[in-house]
Amino acid sequence: MRRAVLIAIPYVWLLALFLVPFFIVLKISLSDIALAIPPYTPTLDLSQGWAGIKEFVSQLDFENFVWLTEDDLYWKAYLSSVKIALIATSLTLLVGYPIAYGMARAPEEWRPTLMMLVILPFWTSFLIRVYAWMGILSNEGYLNQFLLWTGIISTPLTILNTQTAVYIGIVYTYLPFMILPIYAALDRLDGSLIEAAEDLGCSRMQAFWLVTIPLSRPGIIAGCFLVMIPVIGEFVIPSLLGGSGTLMIGKVLWEEFFSNRDWPVASAVAVILLLILVIPIVLFQRNQQKQAEAEQ
Amino acid sequence: MNRLSWFNTVSLTLGFAFLYIPMVILIIFSFNESKLVTVWAGFSTKWYGELMQNQAFLDAAWVTLRVAVFSSTLATILGTMAAYVMVRGGRFFGRTLFSGMIYAPLVMPEVITGLSLLLLFIGIGLDRGILTIVLAHTTFSMCYVSVVVSSRLVTFDRSLEEAALDLGCSPAQAFRLVTLPIIAPAVISGWLLAFTLSLDDLVIASFTSGPSATTLPIKIFSAVRLGVSPEINALSTIMIAVVTVGVISASLVSKRAMVRQRQEEQAAARTE
Amino acid sequence: MNSTVFAPWDDPQAKPLIQFKNVTKRFGGFTAIDNLSLDIFEREFFALLGPSGCGKTTMMRMLAGFEKPTEGHILLSGQDIDPVPPNKRAVNMMFQSYALFPHLNVWDNIAFGLRRDNMPKHDLEDRVEEMLRLTRLEKFARRKPHQISGGQRQRVALARSLAKAPKLLLLDEPLGALDKKLRQDTQFELMDIQEKTGTTFVIVTHDQEEAMTVASRVAVMDQGKLMQVATPDRIYENPNSVYVADFIGDVNIIQGRATSTGADTYRIDWAEGQPPLTATSASRFADGQTCHLAIRPEKVTISAERPADAVNAVQGKVHDIAYLGNLSTYYVELSNGIIIKAQTANTRRISRRSFTWEDPVWLSWTATAAVLLAD
Repeated sequence: MRRAVLIAIPYVWLLALFLVPFFIVLKISLSDIALAIPPYTPTLDLSQGWAGIKEFVSQLDFENFVWLTEDDLYWKAYLSSVKIALIATSLTLLVGYPIAYGMARAPEEWRPTLMMLVILPFWTSFLIRVYAWMGILSNEGYLNQFLLWTGIISTPLTILNTQTAVYIGIVYTYLPFMILPIYAALDRLDGSLIEAAEDLGCSRMQAFWLVTIPLSRPGIIAGCFLVMIPVIGEFVIPSLLGGSGTLMIGKVLWEEFFSNRDWPVASAVAVILLLILVIPIVLFQRNQQKQAEAEQ
Repeated sequence: MNRLSWFNTVSLTLGFAFLYIPMVILIIFSFNESKLVTVWAGFSTKWYGELMQNQAFLDAAWVTLRVAVFSSTLATILGTMAAYVMVRGGRFFGRTLFSGMIYAPLVMPEVITGLSLLLLFIGIGLDRGILTIVLAHTTFSMCYVSVVVSSRLVTFDRSLEEAALDLGCSPAQAFRLVTLPIIAPAVISGWLLAFTLSLDDLVIASFTSGPSATTLPIKIFSAVRLGVSPEINALSTIMIAVVTVGVISASLVSKRAMVRQRQEEQAAARTE
Repeated sequence: MNSTVFAPWDDPQAKPLIQFKNVTKRFGGFTAIDNLSLDIFEREFFALLGPSGCGKTTMMRMLAGFEKPTEGHILLSGQDIDPVPPNKRAVNMMFQSYALFPHLNVWDNIAFGLRRDNMPKHDLEDRVEEMLRLTRLEKFARRKPHQISGGQRQRVALARSLAKAPKLLLLDEPLGALDKKLRQDTQFELMDIQEKTGTTFVIVTHDQEEAMTVASRVAVMDQGKLMQVATPDRIYENPNSVYVADFIGDVNIIQGRATSTGADTYRIDWAEGQPPLTATSASRFADGQTCHLAIRPEKVTISAERPADAVNAVQGKVHDIAYLGNLSTYYVELSNGIIIKAQTANTRRISRRSFTWEDPVWLSWTATAAVLLAD
């Protein structure tokens, strides 16, 4: 009896506040925009009983989804989100791997401190970390001031409100998510494996490519998914660092909802975004499961 | 292996410089006299003073704090229950759905979570305000809490609970007297995580808040959209300082406890 | 023989404390315990011995109440205890991992069970002090579990499970985590405490030496079945099956055919070109029946010449010698390739050993030295 209550409380909470809202989104994505409150039609009228439900279902259609495929703004935004996520993930890996590697090779007594230094930004406000780059990257920002002062450039570079700024922002804010799983994998790596590889005739470099990289692969995969999945739906970074040319689906959804007040289209955008995310999420789950099984 | 090669030294130095320089600049320029944030015009703490006078920011901070305390506490209770159900609940109807609902919010884009909750609140006619933000934050942060707590429960030696039952505890007593005290550190870090997530959240709060309740991130975001401002620098510095002090002292405390425990264990082993 | 020897299992009037009645336990499709019946008597020190996965731990967990029998019943003092949850049973358990509560000190760990019974404060303190004295832990009462050594932790676990004065104490591999020397000392301590408190002990172990040392009776288990339940000396001297003979200690097993040559005496033909062997057996064998002769290596004598009066004697040469310090085991290869082990005590220094590799030797044993077992 107690057990049933224990299960029911979090279960019902999640059903009501996670699953049900999602079905509402799905339903509204099949509705039409209307100048009313709420600003969509049809609305379900249960007082009319079965006829009301039938009436309601008959008015649902895929018009919004058709609209999404016809207006090239949307599919361009999806494509560009995925592209930005892929490139940013690769950049984060390139920056993060050497740091994780350096941490794993650092003397034992330094490691907890290095670990804390990686985690600390994670506890700091995301918004503030993105904001910090606005002052650095703007035309009269610290970076341009520094470069002008050193004489490398003679006219300020335009970085803020470009794609470059978005990449910098993503790499910066998501770096801990990349470093931590890779570090965890490298930390578990038995040092004698490298010694064995060298003993069997590998050079340092070969040992790295043939032993270290393959054995840290689960960490690399986990890190890449941890960066890529949230970046696809990212909103704050493109809206603060990106310009009008930066199309990302999170931003489109936001504007569709808050500026255009077109709830049905915003819901349809959300449904498609979820469908896109299902693939990497399933792959990620499978990777984690495989790793968990390997550890047992 | 004990000395770092030049390559590792360089990558660590550059890496941590990249992580910390932006924040250091932010902190330095929060003490800038000039309103022009990119030009240094001497040391001053006047922006901190201005911030303290800014009623809108103070109100938003108060709302944010209340939301964070309520939602993280609720999330910790619900998340711990969910973790216990996941690890110890055995089989029950809809277990797969349950674990799916625990993990999905972790990877769900915030815009979708925000949108769907907003549509729910409108659908049931709930006025948007502090309550709706608390509900929204509780829902997604309870999943983080449950992940933190269940990873602790998985490594928890089950025979400790069995020993409690064996010595006459009811299952509820066993949880209260044995399980909870031992997993307390994980529950506390779950609470801290939920608290931070709530303090930090912009997107979900933007969807679920109403005109009556604006949180600090919403306030910061609308200010920042217009460009860099020294007041926001000052606010950021305060927030960074609070987090830094918190994280460093927490890690010092846990490190000291670990070192002491190890020393005591070694001393105990020697008496044999 | 002493007339007051403790042997309630031989007394048909004695009432068993625990009865397993046709107990079967299945986990999904896997049968952990297979239609098992067993009586355990009061004040017994009973050992469940077997390889891992034989079901001994399941037996113990069913006694503690953590598992319920799929079929059959378990009785404690004649009462069916299947519906009784673990926290309501007069049975306590000492866990393999000790399961000491890390957030409580030694004193509070021992008092934990007593507090659940709402024992008056004064009685509770007396009882805890008594337990601390019994296990010689007075000096460590205020320490946390991580502040004491492995041997001390083991004693805390014992004290904690004995504190409630259970009718039955279950010990799951109680000495498994201790190193060998400490384990031997602790074995005698356990026996001492069992005798002092008069509690019935059921111990689960995979260590046969441990089971033989501490137990009044040993149950050898395999694949959810009891292979043999008997006193340690009977298990060793009179195993009832090849499995038990092989599981307990070192043994030579020779397969052959039995032919009756007189009352309880059999001739065993076992290999071409080898003289037949003679053995006595109380159980009946039909002529020509396949049988196994089990001979302990220490009962085989090794000599340079054929002993004149030997009933059983075979010739071979020394194939290998395992030097164990106090003992040496000679692996003697017979002309047909079979290897027989013979063990001798090293009463002389090794340099004065009588035999070495490749030496031709004779092995001999008496007719009663071996046990004749059916297939």
